[in-house]
Order: sequence, then structure tokens, then C-alpha cells
Amino acid sequence: MVEPILSARGLTREYAPEQGCLEVDLDVWPGEVVGIVGESGSGKSTLLRLLSGQERPDAGTLSFTDRAGRQHDLVRVSESAIRQLQRTAFGIVHQNPRDGLRLRISAGGNIGERLMGVGARHYGDIRAQAVHWLSHVEIDPARIDDLPRYFSGGMQQRLQIARNLVTNPGLVFMDEPTGGLDVSVQARLLDTLKRLVHDLGISVVIVTHDMGVARLLADRLLVMRFGRVIETGLTDQVLDDPQAAYTQQLVASILQVS
Amino acid sequence: MHETLTDYNFAYLDEQTKRMIRRGLLKAVAVPGLQIPFGGREMPLPYGWGTGGIQVTAAVIGPDDVLKVIDQGADDTTNAVSIRAFFAKTAGVATTEVTTEATLIQTRHRIPETALTSGQILIYQVPIPEPLRFIEPRETETRKMHALSEYGVMHVKLYEDIAQFGQIATSYAYPVLVNGRYVMDPSPIPKFDNPKMHQNPALQLFGAGREKRLYAVPPYTDVVSLDFEDHPFEVQSWDSPCGLCGSTDSFLDEVVMDDAGTRLFICSDTDYCRIQRERADG
Repeated sequence: MVEPILSARGLTREYAPEQGCLEVDLDVWPGEVVGIVGESGSGKSTLLRLLSGQERPDAGTLSFTDRAGRQHDLVRVSESAIRQLQRTAFGIVHQNPRDGLRLRISAGGNIGERLMGVGARHYGDIRAQAVHWLSHVEIDPARIDDLPRYFSGGMQQRLQIARNLVTNPGLVFMDEPTGGLDVSVQARLLDTLKRLVHDLGISVVIVTHDMGVARLLADRLLVMRFGRVIETGLTDQVLDDPQAAYTQQLVASILQVS
Repeated sequence: MHETLTDYNFAYLDEQTKRMIRRGLLKAVAVPGLQIPFGGREMPLPYGWGTGGIQVTAAVIGPDDVLKVIDQGADDTTNAVSIRAFFAKTAGVATTEVTTEATLIQTRHRIPETALTSGQILIYQVPIPEPLRFIEPRETETRKMHALSEYGVMHVKLYEDIAQFGQIATSYAYPVLVNGRYVMDPSPIPKFDNPKMHQNPALQLFGAGREKRLYAVPPYTDVVSLDFEDHPFEVQSWDSPCGLCGSTDSFLDEVVMDDAGTRLFICSDTDYCRIQRERADG
């Protein structure tokens, strides 16, 4: 029987009354992409930070099952264990690549960091892995020794993804991964993401305010408003037949190009 | 009261300050390689000239000690001469340039070539005690990284060296793992000296004055230089022997001799060089 790899019940983190993230229930199943949509300030990013252990909840339960089948209680887990999970079993892709990359370290070093963090001590092997992952995210491996600051925004984002995937994480969190990119670069990045998710069988929780990104990538959607999940369901179902009034507005706001 | 005490306490620092530093040193010796904060005092010399080392020396020196001070291996440079004179004046202790005669050796940037023995104390002047600082500017974060042994980034630095230069180009302040637990910056000694720290019979104390940190390597402690399996740690070597004493196993400085660019390679350790020459002369 298949179990969800991430399971949250009543997850709450309140910065001020009605601000933050309130009583969220969520299951992430192996290999699926869950989209979290909503307007700015609706608690999307807070929820993502709670789920990925970057922040501790005020209330609720959260458990994670890694690829080896071990269960982790992410509310009570020690800080060293959560940091270990974040370096190995999780991937965290930030909206701004500058937050997720080391800009003074070459592309190869950025990819190799996680490997070295878990004990890889063979330069040749680390380098081979870096070349492998660069080509996987469609960056020319010849640029392995270039600094990320000389990369375009789209390439920086690809590099950030490669850096996260190198330890074969079961679950990747993405916060607006296509924000700040122009439309054609966005489209190519989405293509790459779709392929990687499919090939590697990873689960993804993706936060976005772009309904187009949600429709393309996500299998399931959570709509958030004022810190609460107001609607949830399969992506097509939510987008084609929205129930909540707010979701209807949100869907209606998508520009129709015909 | 000691007879030389008219204007200053013995060895300049007041006794309460010395006790505070000694408590820090005891903790540092108990947890090899861990950086211990201490209340650094203003010293009568500028930061960067050895305020950390001089405070450690002042805290551990006694009237019977024999002090040697070296700067880049030499006993006769400004920094070494003035610190030696400082303790001769404020503590009235005997001083020496001979490594084997010294009970306390304060050093900047070198470990003496002559092997140290049990009972000797080597005190390093340290500019930046935090080996992780180059990659992580936040002190709260580096402390956490030490606490959780998150040392992967140290290898990222070495990786970058190899990627850029084809070899590990870090040649001084080469990071070491102490007692299998803490990664430590050995102060800016050349990596040539790193192997001397390993299982050394002498007590090694480190003082950073500006950063206000103490750390230590107790006698006979494992000190391992970080490296890769396929790019092992190596020390510098030279094509020619020392131009003065002919030694082939010491760390050499390059000295420009004239306007025509003539160069001479000589031992950086002046005491060691003297011994080798005396031995050769017979």
C-alpha cells in the first residue's frame, strides 16, 4: 500500500491573528506535484517553509517518510536531523537563485557541495557528478568552472535545481521557481522541470501565483487565502470548475490567449 | 609582590584578566580545536601585531620561564624583538633565541624546525580564528556548523582550488581536523608546518586578539589536514637547498639580493639555520 511521503495535519504558524498559515491539512504522495496557489500574503511561502522544516509550526503534526522508508516527525525532530534531511532528502529551490547558490563558488562546486557535505572525498567522482547534472538540466558542461554570477537568470535557476537534485532527494520544495524569468525562458525551465519530475520520480511541492505554471506542472492544487486552504483538488478540476468564489476570481484572472 | 612590579603587574595584565584567560585556556585544552570566546583586553600594540598571542603568553608565563618569540620563523624581526623586550621588561623573564632552551615560544606564521619537546608551550598569534568564515559571514551560523560538524564546505574550498589551478593551491592557513572532531584554522602558518602539529609533544595554544577567541591543541593530539582521496595533502618543496646552511628539509624564504633581481633561498627559521651552519663549520 502506498503511503504519502509528507503528511501534515492542522499545521499552524501565526505571526499575528489571521496572518501566516492556519490549520492546514496536506498529503504529498510519491511522484506527484502539488501546487500551492494564492495571492501575495495568503500564507503560501509560510506553508512551504513549515513543510520543509525551515520554520517550526505553533501547532499541528508533520511527518516525512524518506526513500529508505524511515519516518521522521518534523515537528519534534532535532535541529541537526532536520538540517541533515534538508541536505539530503529534501531539495529547496528558492525564488531568487542568489539565495540558493553560492555565487563565489564555481558551478561545479555548487553542485558538489551537497556531495561533499555527506562525505564524498574523491575529486574525480564529484566532478563527474557535476558534469552529469549540468547536462541533465541542460547547461553546457564546458561552463563547469564558471561562477554562477556570470550565468543568465534561467541558467542560475537550472543550476540551483541541479545542486538540489544531486543527492537524489525524494521531495523538492520550490518557491516561485519561474519568478523573474521572461516567458520563453520560463517555458524551457518548465519543460526541464516536467521531464526531471517524470524521470526521477520525485515529489514536488511548488508555490506559485502563476496559474499557467500551476496548470502545466501541478497534479493537484491547494488554493490559499488569509492563511487557510479554501479549496483543494486535481488541477484540472480546480481550474475548470472552481467552487470557492475566490478561486473563481483567480481562475477568471488568467489571461486567455486565443 | 614581585620585585620588578613598580608600574605594572607581573607580565603586564592584571591577575583577574589572567585568571579569565586561563579559564578559557583550560576549556580550550579540554575540547581540542573548539574556539572559546574571552574578554580580550587592549594591549599596548595594535591589533594584527599579536595582541591575542601576547595575552595568552601573559596569562601562562611564570618567573622561571624562558621565552622565545619568532615572527615568520625569525627571532630578529621587529615584531619578535619588541614582544620579547616587552616580556623581558614587564615580567623580568629570561629570553632566548634557541628553540631547545625555551619553555614558552610565541610565534607568528611558523612552527620551529627543531622538534618541540614535552613541557614546551607554543603560542600562536591568530588573525582570523574561524575556518568557515570565508564561506559563511554569520557567527551564529558558523557556530551551528561547528556544533553539528557540517564541514562539507571546507572541501568546497579545496575543490575550487583544484578546479582552478589543477591542485590544492591553499598554501597557508590550511584547514585541519583536530582530534577527529573540530575543523580548525591553524593560523597563517605555511602548510609545510601542518604535519608538525600532529601528535606534537608540546602544548599548542592559539590566541586571536581582535576576534577574542582562544583555542588549543593539547600534546599528542591528532591533527589531520583536509584533502581529497585523489588529491592528497602535500607540503611545499624547493629545488635548491638553503643558500646559507645548505639544509634541504626546512621551509625556505625567497630573498631579493640586489637591483639585478638576484634571488637567494634561505631558511625562514633563523635559529635552525644557525645550528646547521655551526654543525657544518665543525
